[in-house]
Amino acid sequence: MSLIPDNLFGIHTRALDLWQNRTEVLANNLANADTPGFQARDIDFRKVLAAASDSAGGAGSLALQAPTPGQIGAGSSTAAGTPLSWRTPTQPSMDGNTVDEQVEQAAFAANGVHYQASLSFITAQIRMLRTAIEGQG
Amino acid sequence: MSLFSIFNVAGSGMAAQSTRLNTVASNLANADSVASTPEAAYRSREPLFAAVQKQFGSQAVDNGQGVQVLGVTESQAAIPSRYEPGNPMANADGYVFSSNVNPVDELVNMISASRSYQNNVEVMNSTRQLMQKTLDLGK
Repeated sequence: MSLIPDNLFGIHTRALDLWQNRTEVLANNLANADTPGFQARDIDFRKVLAAASDSAGGAGSLALQAPTPGQIGAGSSTAAGTPLSWRTPTQPSMDGNTVDEQVEQAAFAANGVHYQASLSFITAQIRMLRTAIEGQG
Repeated sequence: MSLFSIFNVAGSGMAAQSTRLNTVASNLANADSVASTPEAAYRSREPLFAAVQKQFGSQAVDNGQGVQVLGVTESQAAIPSRYEPGNPMANADGYVFSSNVNPVDELVNMISASRSYQNNVEVMNSTRQLMQKTLDLGK
């Protein structure tokens, strides 16, 4: 049995996928900040995490299983199936637009930090493996 | 989907806002234009924004593809007329018809457009940084 797990980076690749997806949603909100009737959307991380845990069936692994040899894994299936929810506006607007630029900007900034956090987890994993391969601290 | 599409989204936002800035510039430049008939008078212009929605087959989930300018609308506000018999553009009764541009509206529009433009630039910059960080992964 290999010491290296099949899914080397664990949940972080999925998380990275999600953050990237969310960046896109938030960018779209900001681009439509002045579109009449546009309703801002967002991704609920907690919901996606719960869905990912459920689909894994408690097997401990969150990755999609690929039973046939040579079968390509799920890849960006998280991204494709991510449910979007509507943002509840803090203040009503005359044109029905629910984008609050400050809220979106804050979410966008936080999202970027989350993305970088996931990246640094993966980097740490790579560094650990490299240490193991090279055998010198 | 990748971070690349955010460049398209933010780019569409920037393009839309620059169209808006353009109409503001045109409106302000023509705020004092006069004409001999109400039909020929300059009417305040404003772009009409709409969200771009694309459907991928039966997939209902869509992150959105940015914003588009559906067209430029002309204000239907009343054209003010002034009695200026000495004006070379005056009609037979001595009236000229000026534009229905409201400079206050235009200035508000200008500030809003420039703020939104900046927001989109910021989005693009942040995305570029994230992509750069991703490229440096494992270094």
